[in-house]
Amino acid sequence: MKAKRLSVLAAALVLAWLSTGAKAQISDNVIKIGVLSDMSSLYTDLAGAGSIVAAKMAVEDSGIEKRGYKVEIISADHQNKPDVGSQIARQWYDTDKVDVIVDVPNSGVALAVNQITKDKGKAFLVSGAASSDLTGKACSPNTIHWTYDTWMLANGTGSAIVKTGGDTWFFLTSDYAFGLALERDTEAVVLKNGGKVLGKVRHPLNTQDFSSFLLQAQASKAKIIGLANAGGDTTNSIKQASEFGIVKGGQNLAGLLVFLTDVHALGLPTAQGLILTNTFYWDTNDQTRAFAKRFAAQDKGIHPTMVHAGVYSSLIHYLKAVEALKSDDGTKVIAKMKEMPTDDPLFGKGSIRIDGRKIHPAYLVEVKKPSESKYEWDYYKIRATIPADQAFRPLKDGECPLVK
Amino acid sequence: MTIFGFPTQALFGQLLIGLINGAFYAMLSLGLAVIFGLLNIINFTHGAQYMVGAFCAWFLLQYAGVGYWWSLLLAPLAVGAIGIVIERTMLARLYKLDHLYGLLLTFGLALIMQGIFTNYFGSSGLPYQLPEEFAGALNLGFMFLPKYRAWVIVASLLVCLGTWYVIERTKLGAYLRAATENPALVQAFGINVPRMVTLTYGFGVALAALAGVMAAPIYTVNPQMGANIIIVVFAVVVIGGMGSILGAVLTGFGLGLVEGLTKVFYPEASNTVIFIIMAIVLLIKPAGLFGRER
Repeated sequence: MKAKRLSVLAAALVLAWLSTGAKAQISDNVIKIGVLSDMSSLYTDLAGAGSIVAAKMAVEDSGIEKRGYKVEIISADHQNKPDVGSQIARQWYDTDKVDVIVDVPNSGVALAVNQITKDKGKAFLVSGAASSDLTGKACSPNTIHWTYDTWMLANGTGSAIVKTGGDTWFFLTSDYAFGLALERDTEAVVLKNGGKVLGKVRHPLNTQDFSSFLLQAQASKAKIIGLANAGGDTTNSIKQASEFGIVKGGQNLAGLLVFLTDVHALGLPTAQGLILTNTFYWDTNDQTRAFAKRFAAQDKGIHPTMVHAGVYSSLIHYLKAVEALKSDDGTKVIAKMKEMPTDDPLFGKGSIRIDGRKIHPAYLVEVKKPSESKYEWDYYKIRATIPADQAFRPLKDGECPLVK
Repeated sequence: MTIFGFPTQALFGQLLIGLINGAFYAMLSLGLAVIFGLLNIINFTHGAQYMVGAFCAWFLLQYAGVGYWWSLLLAPLAVGAIGIVIERTMLARLYKLDHLYGLLLTFGLALIMQGIFTNYFGSSGLPYQLPEEFAGALNLGFMFLPKYRAWVIVASLLVCLGTWYVIERTKLGAYLRAATENPALVQAFGINVPRMVTLTYGFGVALAALAGVMAAPIYTVNPQMGANIIIVVFAVVVIGGMGSILGAVLTGFGLGLVEGLTKVFYPEASNTVIFIIMAIVLLIKPAGLFGRER
């Protein structure tokens, strides 16, 4: 009898040890998420504070804390400077025990954080940055590129425009990693579809006045002026192009990367008719609408951009992988994430390729006329859906060393 | 005909664009020069006040239905009044101290204003439509000049000339200049110097707000707009010579031109060219092109 009681006690102890043992795989018993974003400059609205909101919502909706895990979210402003971003990433990994960094708009900063994350064996979930190099030459076993990339934008918007007759292009390019990648990928699409590039001009990030560049674009007589820039740079280019009568003069603008918040800032009278590619639109189904409503209530009424949605859904999947592994070891979790199919309310079912590319459909949308918009933030009509297997660069073309 | 591979016509267009940007630099550096010349304060809130001017125009339109023309008058008045409060409550305590204190205080105020606006309005900006009178453009043969931009040049020239005239050629201007040289003596003649200084600061700030209203229809109204331009404007003032009004105006237009040309020949450097010029000018003429050595 006594022996039996003892063995029960021993079994209980072993079980207790096992379960704490499993939890002990979580470093310091806390899953620590670092949201690294632009909190004060041109990308703040499309990522920034909203990305923190999205991260909090993901943790809440995953219900992981109810199952005994501790999660903590911290955030910082990288000021669009790769050196500042690198320094924060190092400090987070080395002394603050951050397990995963999310978002990081600005490809320059993201490429730097990508390398640091690989060196430290942590995890990096990219939502805000665009450069397709993150799953190409610079691909890493510690990085997943979730929401969109320059190849997908070029393929979506670029080929749609060339096929409808826009076969001569002039590029207005933001002069850093992102703009250059977007220009390169779009140029390839234009040339492949039989179009021509008549000229290009590269402007510094965060430029106020685009009139000089627009005049050069006008002089080129190209049918399409491709805007390989983002955020405030794109809205200023579009606004000033309408002032200079570019569209009235017969040339058209192609906003290669336009976010919902940019359309909001431009206002429909200026933005109407713009064609762009997105991977998430808040007004798609009941689930996305419910998400948008909760999100807007916490972020000054801003409706979620695809970057916000990407932060949310990548973290949902990350936390699932952590639970499945009972570990937050960066390299292992990323491997597990690639192995598990993805499923979340915003992007639906999908998967992650070996090169770190998350796969889902993309939508070619047109900005509504003011008369077509029925309620606040009612901005897009969907013209075409590009299926998941065609939306992103084929695995073999990326030159990613992880693909054998 | 071509110049360095560029058709002359295109080049004329670019020069004109440069002048338009120069008009904004001139208007902003003018306010800075007036404030520095007469108060000895390096007003780092100038950019933020320009931004608040633009927001003021947006508020007036959005909440009171007040259009562009009235905003041109009301926004500078409102922002100027805020400036006067700042001068009375804070800056007035610093006149006897080193320049650096004024600079730090105004810089801090600028960061606070920007932070508050970013917090409430986000960073992507708010739309402000072009006034209807200015819709459309003039075809100059060599370029398509939006009517609004033409108005910006004209208005800026008027404002700059007017200010220069008042300060250099009128009795009021003479009092102002005398008060900067020797306030005690001017006060002894029965002139209320502190009030004059307060009003001067208010006027300088109103100039920034006016530039802000004029910028609202071309650039999106956003909390960062001042931070982007203020650094350039400071370079303009330094190149022109701190406190020199004519210097500020001429350098403003001149550097607008230089920047415009850089955007054609080597666009990657268009953000830096002004600072390169500043470094060279400071090495050769430390007081600036039009400044006096003290």
